[in-house]
Amino acid sequence: MTADSREPALELRGLSKSFGGLRAVHRVTLTVMPGERKAIIGPNGAGKTTLFNLITGILPSTSGQVMLFGRDVTKWPSHRRTALGMARTFQITSLFPKLTVLDNVLLAIQGLRRSKFVMWRFLSSYRELYDKAYGLLERAQFLDRKDTEVRYLSHGEQRQLEIVIGLASEPRILLLDEPAAGLSSGESSDMIRFLAHLDRSLAILLIEHDMDVVFDVTDHISVLHFGEVLEAGPREQIRHSEKVQQIYLGTA
Amino acid sequence: MTGQATKVLAVIVALTAIAVIVPNTNSFVILLTTRALAFSILVMSVDVLLGYTGLPSLGQAAYLGVGAYLTAILATRYQFGLGYDFWLVVVFGILIAAVLAAVFGLLAIRASGVYFLMITLALGQCAWGLAYRWNSLTGGDNGINLRGRPKFGIDLANEVTFFFLVFGFFVVSLLLMYTLVRSPFGRSLTGIRERELRMKILGYNTWLHKYVAFIIAGGFGGLAGVLWAHTAGIVSPENVVLTTSVDALLMAVLGGAGTLVGGVIGALIVFGLREYLSTLVPWWQYVLGSVYVLTILFLPTGLMGIPERIRQRQTLSGKREDVKEIAPVTS
Ligand SMILES: Nc1ncnc2c1ncn2[C@@H]1O[C@H](COP(=O)(O)OP(=O)(O)O)[C@@H](O)[C@H]1O
Ligand SMILES: [Mg+2]
Repeated sequence: MTADSREPALELRGLSKSFGGLRAVHRVTLTVMPGERKAIIGPNGAGKTTLFNLITGILPSTSGQVMLFGRDVTKWPSHRRTALGMARTFQITSLFPKLTVLDNVLLAIQGLRRSKFVMWRFLSSYRELYDKAYGLLERAQFLDRKDTEVRYLSHGEQRQLEIVIGLASEPRILLLDEPAAGLSSGESSDMIRFLAHLDRSLAILLIEHDMDVVFDVTDHISVLHFGEVLEAGPREQIRHSEKVQQIYLGTA
Repeated sequence: MTGQATKVLAVIVALTAIAVIVPNTNSFVILLTTRALAFSILVMSVDVLLGYTGLPSLGQAAYLGVGAYLTAILATRYQFGLGYDFWLVVVFGILIAAVLAAVFGLLAIRASGVYFLMITLALGQCAWGLAYRWNSLTGGDNGINLRGRPKFGIDLANEVTFFFLVFGFFVVSLLLMYTLVRSPFGRSLTGIRERELRMKILGYNTWLHKYVAFIIAGGFGGLAGVLWAHTAGIVSPENVVLTTSVDALLMAVLGGAGTLVGGVIGALIVFGLREYLSTLVPWWQYVLGSVYVLTILFLPTGLMGIPERIRQRQTLSGKREDVKEIAPVTS
């Protein structure tokens, strides 16, 4: 157990991705320990989302390694990485629009269970699965909207549901891609409260432009610029870094 | 929940009505319904792919064809499947079609959208080419004439008896596919249809789910083929040709993709129109073509989607009245 907790939840070693001539991600090295909360900031087009796509296996990397809970998953397909205890949300809301809130959550819970292959029994007969879904929805205060089709939810509600669905598989590390994008300041503080109250054993890697969210949720920041880590360190260091202010905070 | 119960009840009532009414009509209607029901099994299997998984397959006739040819070849060459061994032919027909789907699926499932459509179309054409060219086995262009239907306690030469056999197979297929689409596996197919990338990130091996669905659909296609061989009494390349695949796809869309039973309505309408119109006018094919085009243009959710559209229209016009009331105030 102790050996386990000393092992990084996620470790990137010189991870790179080129699209033709464009170096979208270049030699990124980063470690996230279990329970640690880190942020990645950087201007638009810096390669943040691409980095998440490499970590989750949506895109193959050009070079470098992705280590997840001590395993080299660089060549693994997405679904196997998820099974190790990783979850992510998307910058552009990526739910099942024509399914109800409840069905969205059920699919999310079922993703890592063997029952997903059962075809001779109705899904509705899995009581325990439904109980768990109700529990998740209740904690996120969604229970009253469980039968609403997701496409009829407000943008803010959809952003929240993204995270609920990310948490449904009980991950040990959660990657959040701009969870507060497009939220009003009120919704944004709701989001901060929600994230700050998550189980402390959950590691989080957060991409965000909203500095309130970054400073309240994480304590370590990496700055990405043209695909490279420009600077990384505790939030106070980044807040006062001249280089960072020039390229990023200065413009914000 | 209650909406679903109402739909199930409506289907049960409709099926009971078919079982009661059709045998008491003339042999023209009985044969027509038998054909439509046998073909509906193929249409429903297409709907599992198109409506529930989002895979528009244009090659499903291949599976019907392999089941039908197997039945015809065994019956004419080896006198096999004309007694109780008919049930073995059913099993073999399902298996051989599933195996074919397992092979074709390896090539097709990697692609998606229009590429999937094209690959399934090409593979379907390969199957048609084989049926057409492999004279010694398939009888080429002429096809194979079956000389009689199986007899095992009951005599399937009797058209009412045969109707009930096909009806029974149809009901069992409907129940199986209904259970499938409402099962955890079936729901995961819907998730893949809606957003495959998200499903991968949630831990689903989406390729495997689509592949299994493709094989299952192939198996049902094979069953439809076995029944089709005995329904029509002749198996020819026409059963494997692209038009048959297109028919199956369009019947699913006409009835309403993602509803299963919509396919049956589509099949009954198309078979009915074809039989009636072809005796009346020489340009019946244009009528059928127009029905397809109009459905896709104006009823993308198919005939089964009509009640829903009416409800939407009502709530919409209700809203418009509200707007009218408010309008003078705002202007
Ligand atoms: N699939 C792709 N193909 C080609 N170029 C891409 C692809 N994804 C991202 N890019 C490019 O990579 C760069 C980084 O994009 P992205 O990772 O989305 O940035 P960020 O999330 O930091 O705003 C951009 O220039 C973008 O146009
Ligand atoms: Mg981005």
